[in-house]
Amino acid sequence: MMKNKSLVSITDYTKEEYLRILALADEYENQPNTSLMKDKVVATLFFEPSTRTRLSFESAVLKLGGKVIGFSDSNSSSVTKGETLYDTIKIVSNYCDLIVMRHPLEGAARFASEITSVPVINAGDGANQHPTQTLLDLYSISKTQGTLNNLTILMVGDLKYGRTVHSLLMAMSQFQTTFHFISPDELKMPEEYKYYLHSLGLKYTEQKDFSTNVNEADIIYMTRVQKERFSDPIEYERTKNAYILKNKMLDGTKDTMKVLHPLPRVNEIDQDVDANPKAYYFTQALNGVYVRQAIIASILGLS
Amino acid sequence: MLQKDNKLEVSAIENGTVIDHIPANVLFKVISILNLDKIDKQITFGTNLMSKKLGKKAIIKLSDTFFIDKEINKIALVAPQAKLNIIRNFNVVEKKIVEVPEEIIGIAKCMNPKCISNNEKIVTRFRVLSQKEVKLKCHYCEKITDQEHIEII
Repeated sequence: MMKNKSLVSITDYTKEEYLRILALADEYENQPNTSLMKDKVVATLFFEPSTRTRLSFESAVLKLGGKVIGFSDSNSSSVTKGETLYDTIKIVSNYCDLIVMRHPLEGAARFASEITSVPVINAGDGANQHPTQTLLDLYSISKTQGTLNNLTILMVGDLKYGRTVHSLLMAMSQFQTTFHFISPDELKMPEEYKYYLHSLGLKYTEQKDFSTNVNEADIIYMTRVQKERFSDPIEYERTKNAYILKNKMLDGTKDTMKVLHPLPRVNEIDQDVDANPKAYYFTQALNGVYVRQAIIASILGLS
Repeated sequence: MLQKDNKLEVSAIENGTVIDHIPANVLFKVISILNLDKIDKQITFGTNLMSKKLGKKAIIKLSDTFFIDKEINKIALVAPQAKLNIIRNFNVVEKKIVEVPEEIIGIAKCMNPKCISNNEKIVTRFRVLSQKEVKLKCHYCEKITDQEHIEII
């Protein structure tokens, strides 16, 4: 079903395909080392550096018994000599069975997927899409809550520019999710996403600070509020501390509630949260390996 | 063109197409989208004509030239209210309005400077999200280019 189908955008997959990936990821978590990919080569083309994502993909390939070729930033490729993306993809396609790519320009992965017969996994294209992050978020939610249906998710921080929250919203909107958005005025969830939820009849609220709805949440999804997003630096100074999660704020929350964060974190989750069993962000990163194993195996038709 | 009874008259054509209700400021975009600069038939342009609906409008009269819908619909991006009169034997035999197509290929530029289509040699592609107030969703970067920012390549 998913064989040879590139994964560029989270909307490329159906709800059934999400669930199949999650089930498969669960299998790999229980039995990680296989030799499924014995004769397969994956190219990881990172036109901009992202060490964590690249290592996670490479770990997934190696755990499935495959081999990895590639580069970790464009300085070590012929991009510096002025080669077009078109040419790079055409050439690399001859050397591998699957391409994993990260590129600073938006739409680069879609373009790449259309000029090669080798399937492409988008590992981030500028501010646009990062679908494997969304699938690992879904896996983390499903694993900790036992279901994806009828949950309440609190999204905190930069909801305007954060691609992870947008993709997660699109994916979770298929599971009767209730959303609470907490952000400064300058970084509110864009209208198009609220309109989308409205059109599906899903409930959401918007707030400027943490309030009692923290206690209703099944998942708190934290994101980083970046200084450069503010037009007014004074406004940043005034608001930055309102979006820091501290351990004592978790006192009244549900026992099953988990805190997620796509990482890297700067200071938006206080380190005193780390020891709380509700902190899940490091395990979330580990889940990324299982989920990427599942995605790669599905696309190569090995699962 | 002659002035008669304070009305501007553009000479009538025997056979061809009249494109009316073009906003005056997009006349040259329409000319370029339809490649009119490469047609060897007789063409008359009028621009900055008064229009109750558009303020200032432009009109194009093309002798012995007819368009298929797919071709003419391309101008809907810049002149959504344009109207076509098909002329045969000095008579209007058919009136048409333009319709924004569902997909726009190779006409408009994506307004996102970080879009791959603005950085590699790529034929642009958009899905039309809204026809009235035109909104184009880029096939590549998935960002939206709105009516105000549509730039014709």
